[in-house]
Amino acid sequence: MKTTVLDSLNQGLISALKADSSVHLLGEDILDPYGGAFKVTRGCSTAFSMQVIPTPISEAGLAGVTAGMALRGLRPVLEIMFGDFTTLIADQLINHISKFRWMYNDSVTLPLVIRTPMGGRRGYGPTHSQSLEKLFMGVPGLTVLVPANFSVGIHSPGSILENTILNTDSPVLFIENKMQYLQPLLTAETLADFEVDLRYDPTDINQQYPIYCLSIKGAPSAAVTISAYGFCAELARQAQLKLAFEEEIFTELIIPTRLSPFALQPLMDVVARTGKILLIEEGTRSLGWGAEVGTLLAETLGDKLKQVKRLAALETPVPAAVSLETGMLPQQEDIEALLRKMSA
Amino acid sequence: MTLEEDYYRDMLRIRRFEETVLDEFKRGVFSGTTHTSIGQEANAVGVIRQLLPDDIILTNHRCHGHFLAYGGDMRALFAELMGRQTGICGGRGGSQHIHYKNLYSNGVQGGIVPIAVGMALAEKQKKSEAAVVVFIGDGTLGEGVIYEAFNMASLWSAPLLIVVENNHIAQTTPTEYALAGDIRMRFQAFGIPALELDTSSVMEIAGNTFQLMREVHEDYSPRALILNTQRFGPHSKGDDTRSEEVVALLKEQHDPLAIMERQLSSASVSSIRSEVEQEVKAAFETALADPVARMEGRA
Repeated sequence: MKTTVLDSLNQGLISALKADSSVHLLGEDILDPYGGAFKVTRGCSTAFSMQVIPTPISEAGLAGVTAGMALRGLRPVLEIMFGDFTTLIADQLINHISKFRWMYNDSVTLPLVIRTPMGGRRGYGPTHSQSLEKLFMGVPGLTVLVPANFSVGIHSPGSILENTILNTDSPVLFIENKMQYLQPLLTAETLADFEVDLRYDPTDINQQYPIYCLSIKGAPSAAVTISAYGFCAELARQAQLKLAFEEEIFTELIIPTRLSPFALQPLMDVVARTGKILLIEEGTRSLGWGAEVGTLLAETLGDKLKQVKRLAALETPVPAAVSLETGMLPQQEDIEALLRKMSA
Repeated sequence: MTLEEDYYRDMLRIRRFEETVLDEFKRGVFSGTTHTSIGQEANAVGVIRQLLPDDIILTNHRCHGHFLAYGGDMRALFAELMGRQTGICGGRGGSQHIHYKNLYSNGVQGGIVPIAVGMALAEKQKKSEAAVVVFIGDGTLGEGVIYEAFNMASLWSAPLLIVVENNHIAQTTPTEYALAGDIRMRFQAFGIPALELDTSSVMEIAGNTFQLMREVHEDYSPRALILNTQRFGPHSKGDDTRSEEVVALLKEQHDPLAIMERQLSSASVSSIRSEVEQEVKAAFETALADPVARMEGRA
């Protein structure tokens, strides 16, 4: 049986609980046999009953409780069942959790990981399908991570989660994606058609958060650079593969795992080569990740940058009906269409 | 020095510190904002002086008294309010965002209560035997997250004392315009034993807190203390909408310093007064001469 992103995250949690008894897992409905709404915490309460705390439906309070635990030397991990519910923890994230270290003149640590699944394509409708991570990017003192569905080199979704839980002394919002959960992890073997280059942001001193650069093996130089994260990165990879083999349109795909703080350096030389970037995200288009990255590129590359395009969700709530939701969220066909235009 | 004299001195330090802050604000020594607890000093001293060395304090925007009663350095507090490098947090936090030893404050209402619960649970998990005290006001009873926190504190038996300083006015809104029902019943609904005191006597608050903290430590479970109190100063600087007569009457009836002075000899009162005057003056002047905080990072 293939290892999925879900399996990997689950193993990461179990390894962290095993490695350090100060790691505590809190969340709603996380006890076995249910094991969490998306099963990421499956098995944890059975193996580590003293470290797993099932909770009332109190997201705002729980964010505070775990912050207090972290300030007093534990390493809590909080599951927020749906990413949509991060609105309920916004006060804690923005006015408490992200501020304490700096505001207290670096006299405390706050090792807290808050995990939550974002994303649609499952027909859950307006309040259970959103990608709200843009609300939390650019908040000083808060790191926003998003795993990719790769197990390449020393990194996998689970290893990134485990290392973050065990080694990071600052608060982290760890964004998972519901569609990613059941995807098989892609390895060097399954990525045989690709050249995979691992890069790191120079400020990521311990090289914990890889940036994957994918190009088609043996292909001529790329015409367009793509950057995407989460499930959209997988859609982009499928589009990249299809266009290369069916239409001889060659692209490079850059997948970051740390969205905020965001560093441009690893993207810069690739984009400077093609001069064209397509930025893809599942959240709504305006004032988001793509807007920030596009601006950074324009500021840095000047006239070496010839074209910036963004692909994102339409500016409406996420509809429940399959036909409406498909029309609202970016699809693989949309990526392909844009790449055809941009490479022409 | 007797305990009564000691507590009186602690309350006077808070009073004179805050009076100095309000006076000097007018002269431009301080900038930004501040919230004083003039009239409420007995709460800070009566509660905090009962804590054990490892116990933890969570406090709010009105935190100067808690910091000073905890043993915080007056010069560092002046310096923090003046934006000096020698401030408690190097000027980053200011009046309402401080961390010193086991005391933490923040300026947004409500959010510190679940944090206090988490800290209490962490100490219990670590078997450290430390307990936590969180201070809120009557205004914060309007914030929903505190009820999530009360529920979890009781559910998970957190060693926590919740102190409500009910000064009967939230900024400018009288409590009766903002609060339905009964404060004590709020705690009872969550199974948290609550004691309500109608006093500005520091000795009475101290004695009752001592007993409550013993219960918190021994039973590893939460308790609540509701302190009916009066604030004589403005919410912030110049925003008191009450008439001078109303405030004067409150002061006449509820001043914790006056209550204590009636129990002490006039010689001891005047000696403590002059000692505190000197301390406040020296702390203020030292802080004023300290270097101004500088921001780094802008290229």
